[in-house]
This record gives sequence, C-alpha cells and structure tokens, in this order.
Amino acid sequence: MTAGLERIVLEHPFFADLGTAFAEAISGCARNLRVAAGEYVVREGEPSDEFYLVRHGAVALELHAPGRQLIIVATLREGEVLDGSWLVPPYRWAFDARALELTRLLGVNAKCLRDKCEADHDLGYELMKRFVGAIGERLHAARLQALDIYGNSPA
Amino acid sequence: MIDANSGLVPGAKLVIHRETLQQLLDALVSRGYRVIAPAMRSGAIAYDTVTRLEELPIGWTDRQEAGTYHLERRDDDAVFGYAVGPHSWKQFLHPSVEKLWHARREGNGFAVSACEPALEPLAFIGVRACELHAIAIQDRVFVEGPYLDRHYQLRREQAFIVAVNCSKAGGTCFCASMETGPEVRAGFDLALTELLDDGSHSFLLEVGSTIGADVAASLPQRAATVVEIEAAARVVARTRNAMGRALDTAGLKEALQNNPEHPRWDEVAARCLACANCTMVCPTCFCSTIDDTTDLTGIMAERVRRWDSCFTLDFSYIHGGNVRQSTRARYRQWMTHKLANWFDQFGSSGCVGCGRCITWCPVGIDITEVASRIRDTPIAARSNGDDGRS
Amino acid sequence: MTFAYSTPPTVRTGDCLLPQPFPITRTRREAPGVVTIELAPPAAFAFAAGQFNMLYAFGLGEVAISLSGDPGNVTRIVHTVRAVGPVSAALTRLRSGMTIGVRGPYGSAWPVTESEGGDIVIVAGGLGLAPLRPAIYAVLARRERYGRVVVLYGARSPADMLHRRELEMWRRRLDVDVTVTVDHAAADWRGNVGVVPALIPRIPVDPEHAVALVCGPEIMMRFTIDALRQRGLRTDRIYLSMERNMKCAVGLCGHCQFGPAFVCRDGPVFRFDRVAPSFNIREI
Repeated sequence: MTAGLERIVLEHPFFADLGTAFAEAISGCARNLRVAAGEYVVREGEPSDEFYLVRHGAVALELHAPGRQLIIVATLREGEVLDGSWLVPPYRWAFDARALELTRLLGVNAKCLRDKCEADHDLGYELMKRFVGAIGERLHAARLQALDIYGNSPA
Repeated sequence: MIDANSGLVPGAKLVIHRETLQQLLDALVSRGYRVIAPAMRSGAIAYDTVTRLEELPIGWTDRQEAGTYHLERRDDDAVFGYAVGPHSWKQFLHPSVEKLWHARREGNGFAVSACEPALEPLAFIGVRACELHAIAIQDRVFVEGPYLDRHYQLRREQAFIVAVNCSKAGGTCFCASMETGPEVRAGFDLALTELLDDGSHSFLLEVGSTIGADVAASLPQRAATVVEIEAAARVVARTRNAMGRALDTAGLKEALQNNPEHPRWDEVAARCLACANCTMVCPTCFCSTIDDTTDLTGIMAERVRRWDSCFTLDFSYIHGGNVRQSTRARYRQWMTHKLANWFDQFGSSGCVGCGRCITWCPVGIDITEVASRIRDTPIAARSNGDDGRS
Repeated sequence: MTFAYSTPPTVRTGDCLLPQPFPITRTRREAPGVVTIELAPPAAFAFAAGQFNMLYAFGLGEVAISLSGDPGNVTRIVHTVRAVGPVSAALTRLRSGMTIGVRGPYGSAWPVTESEGGDIVIVAGGLGLAPLRPAIYAVLARRERYGRVVVLYGARSPADMLHRRELEMWRRRLDVDVTVTVDHAAADWRGNVGVVPALIPRIPVDPEHAVALVCGPEIMMRFTIDALRQRGLRTDRIYLSMERNMKCAVGLCGHCQFGPAFVCRDGPVFRFDRVAPSFNIREI
C-alpha cells in the first residue's frame, strides 16, 4: 500500500524532484481519497488537519457572505495543492472547497507530517520551498483578480 | 555681366545691393506670393506678412539665454542681424488650426466633403539653415511617410524660400553641433549672405533652384567675385565659432533610450511647468489633435485639426486614465522623442539646434544640458536577478 | 529599426482623415456596456486580422476599434465596442439602419500566415478576444496548416464573456483546445476560476515551434508573456496588440507613440522582442 502511495507522491507534479527518501516519509502520512461532484472537501473554519494534492479532477475554492451569492475565487486542477494552512497555526481552512467533478486526491495527515518535519529539517525545507512557491503564485493571481482588469473602471 | 535671359542656374553666386531687396519683395508679390519675413511684433522678432523692406527689423538684434529674450539696437543697419525668434515656418506650412472636412446629416446617414486649403503661395524671406533642416524634417513626416498630408504637400510645393546665412549666432544656438548650420546648403530657392563693411552693404545671392534663377534673373545683379565669396564664407565661419551652446550627440540616442529611470528626469520634472512652450516654438514638433464638433441643430458637423503638445495631461489618455500622468514622464517623452526616437522613426534627429526651447522655457530648462548629463552619467545596467553570487 | 513584418499599408493621398458613412445592419448586446455592431460596407472591404478602423459618431468624435469579423468575408464589417467614454457610449446606442462613419483599415496584422507549420496559442483577456477573433477565423479556415491550436480566454465573470456561442463552437471542434477562465464566478460555474497566466504552464504545445498571439489589458499581457517565456516560447514568436490614444490613425498626430513605435502604424500588433525594451517602462 505504502509503495503505491510513494509512487503517487513521486509522480505528482507538486513533488517533482523530491527524491525517494522524502517521498517515503510523506507517503507514510498519506492516503488516497475520492470525492464526488458537489461534495465538499473542506469547510471554512474547520481545522486543517489534512492537506490535499489534486491528482485528477477539479476543486473550487468558495467564499460566502450574507446577502451575496457564493463566490468561487479559484479552481484547482491536477497538479495543484490544497493548501498551505496546515503549516502554521491556527491550522484552519480559510474557505470552502467543493469538488466540481469526480475528483481523486492524495490526502496527507498534517500532524504526522509536521512531526516528521520537526525531526528532519531537510524534509521541512524541501516542503517549505514548494509550498511558498505555490502560495506566492496564488497570491499573485489573487491580486490580479482583485484588480478587476477586465472591468470598466480605470485600473 | 549676365543678362536676364542668359540662364542663371542653381549654384550661381551673385551679388546684389541692399536696395535690391525691395525689388526682390516686389518681384515675389508680382508673381502672386504672399511674402512673409521677420518683423518686430510685441517685443520679439516674429514672422509676418510684409511688402516693404522697412518692415523688417533693420538694425536690431536679439539677446537670448535660457528663459530670456530681448531686443537691442545694433550699431549698424544689418537687415538680418539677429537669430531666430519664437516663430518658426511650421505655422505656415502646418497651420495651428486647419479645417479638414464638414459633414451634413442626410436621412439616416450623412455626407462628408473635404475642405481644400487656401491656394495662396507663400514666399518665406530669411529662412535660416536650422529652419531649412526643420522644414526637411517635417517633409519627412508629412510627405514622405506611408500616409500623406495633402494640404501640407500643396503648401510646401508652392512655397518659395529665400534663405539667409546667419551672421550672428544666438545665445542658445547649437546648430553647429547638430550639423544643421550655420551654413545654408540645400532646400532653398535663393540664399542671401549679408556683406556689411564700412561703407558698403550688399548681399551674396546664391541661386538654389530654377524658379529661384528665374526670380534672380529679374533683379539687377552681377556675378560675385572671389573676394566677395570668401567674405561670405568668413561670415558663416565667424557665426559657427560663436555658437551659444553645444551638444555632443555621440551615444546620445542610446543613452536616452536606455535610461528611462535616470534621476535627472526627476530633477527636470521638478522645474518643468508642462506649459508646452517648447513644443509650440520648436520648428519640428508636429503633434496635433482632432476636434469633432457639431452645430446647435446637430445637422452640420465638422472636423478641425489643431496643434497639440505631448506635455498636455490628457495627450496620452486611454481607458479613464493618462498613460503619462506625471510631468516627469511627459518631459522624458518629449526629449527622448526629439533626440532619440526620431532616428528610429524618420532617420535623423528631430532637433536642429535652433535653441528656441531653451530661450522660451519660462524656467530656463536647457535641453543640451539635460541630454549631456544623462549621457555622461548613465545608470549601470541592472542585473536580471541571478548575479551568480556564492 | 523597422516594425513592419506584414505588408505595409497602401499609400493614401489626402483623404486619409475622411470617414465614409456605413449603414448598421445588426447590433447585439454581448455583455453590460458591450455591443457588437455589424456594418455593410458600400464596396468590398478587405482587411487583415489585427487591423482596426476609426469609427466616427456623427458630431461627437472617433474611436479606434479593432475589426472583429471574418477577414474572409469582405461584405460585412464587425466591431465589438465597449462604452468607456462619450464616443464609444454613443456608438453602443446606435441601432440597425443608422450610420457610422468608418475610415480604415489601419495598422499591422497578426502573423497568421507566418505561423503556419507549428503550434499556435491564442490568448485573449476581456475585450481582447474581439481583435483576436479574426485571427481565429483565419487559422480555422486553414486548420490543416497548423499543429496544435490552443485558445485561452480570461474574462471577469461568466456573464462578461464575449462571443460565447463561438467559443462553444470552437470548443466542440476536436482539433481546437479551448480553455476559459474567469476572475470570479457564482457557485454554478463549472469552469476555471483564476488568471490566464496560470493556464500557460499546462498548454499542450511544443514551445520550440509555437507562436503565441496575445491581446488583453496590458497588465494581463505582461504576465501572460512572462508565463509564455517561462514555458519556453521565444520572444520573437510572441505577438501582442497594443493600445494607445489615437487621433489620426495614420502616424501624423503623434498621440499613439509607444517608445519609438507608432501604435497606429507600426502596430497595433507587435512582435514582442521588438517592443520588449519599452514594455516594462512605467508611463511610457
């Protein structure tokens, strides 16, 4: 079972060039899961005790506010990660995440992996590099989206 | 003696008396030209319609410095003893306001009819070498590009040009640096050099075209002697050595195009009022805008073109904002266009070294000084991030 | 330095500032404030994908609007106009049977023919789809001459998307890869939410032999081009369409200058490596 998960970790674009040792460590905390279309993967405010890598399918990140329709602020597809809130306190989800179609995810237990990172800082650093990259891109995209560049008002 | 029908040719060098100048004006008027020459207007030497030689600023000269212009009496009666004033010849060839067409609503549509320019041939008296280059530069813009300004072309073809070799360099002149003067070389029908010694006042008259030869042949003239030709050459040489300014153009284009963030731009911007004087007096600036208007009934409409300046705030307006919002960006645009981009667009510098922008800037910004400073102190090229430090 | 890589425009004498009245045959509201207008030219109107016309609203003024129809059809002119000022707003209020003044076509063209033989990526943002649509038509008219054809389109929200019917039609074709993305959407949206540059890493093209055509707000083009370069496309294979203030559209009024280039005459379509030095300068 673990060998299969280790292969999945190694093949996932997010973990490209990770190496077998680290892949083994991560797969020890990992599990496979499937989410049906319309099912929620996570809910805003809940503890982020697991993070997810999208293997196949699509997940929409949603925010809600009273008097407003639900707004999708980002969609994550194959190769992307959901997300970085497991790394630092308060370890809580900042949005809802809903599967748009039948979606296969690799779930990684947050506490399990945090403990391993505390014990092996090299593992922690490799993970940190990848998460910071993904979060940086997400931030950049969010800024562009917030600018409403296609809107009528002057930028 | 060369007689009137002997066929003066371009290149012929003649001499005429000072009094003959009036006959030159008369000859041009009788050929149907409106003659435009230097004349004193509101304390400056401008270009205006004249018929009498006395209307020119005979015996006057100008003192020009950054942000300064005033006239003084000379101690002789030189007819052309001054440099250039705030006017240039572009206001006649490319008028500041020009009606292009008018239109009339008809049913669900409308009909457009083009306006024709007034067919009034102009004769320019006293065109300096820098101004000849400026006219040639505007020719390249309006007549030699893929789109043609027909009105400009018509006025240009009909214009008769009497050039003058400068006998006095202005305080802000730098045509020698720009290789646009002070000697008049081409682009004229006739060219005058004032020869004023104790006692004698004559002009070397050089023929520049067949139509110029035709006019010259109708005047009392004789071939110039070698002594007179040399005297004229000395006038030009003396002017060349008395330039008020200089601009070393080596490497200038690249320096300006590669230094958009140079701190000098900020320093200039702190002084620049974006008043657009420089663009108004510059003989090569050609920017314009289009005004579409309609009358109160909404049935008649017309389109007018008028001069514009890249210094105006909404010159670069798109989508609710101005691309060049700051004065800094607008000054940088003007100077980079004039001294650098112009080469890419039209194959030459846009500046002819006439110094008008320096003289007429209310805060005395000096284009030669700003350009030199940027070229002499370029910002080092920035690394792209991976400088390979270990 | 020369910019033209497509055929230079015909020399016009004198009447280059005279609009001709063209009747409107059809208008369609695409999105709030955005209208597509179809005109019937009195004579065959040939243009190249990427070119634009100056559209005149009687008595009010002119705006530069890209031609948005099929270059293979010379009997119909299509323009998509967004109301951003008094002239464009007036144009969007016109109806079938009324008249618009037209002069053009002006400007440089998308390198549709020059791109044959390889993959082609067409990236549009917001209203940028309108100037690219003629290029898509031209490419699909000779589909066999290209490798992969990829169309990416970013819009503000699903309701703001242009030309939806055509996007669906193109997507239904098996030989065109269409991906759309929006800045935000309601919960019933099943498509992508995110920015266009984020789609670039995944496009199924061979970067060595791909040409990209990009049009949209400048900030979107800047980051899209960054992403394309990171993907491995060469800067002399990336083309974009610029926009600047225009008055004369024939290189004589000076307003549209972008560095040394006149957008009306050297552009609006530029090969990226030729304008790259100007592209990152603020307020140029």
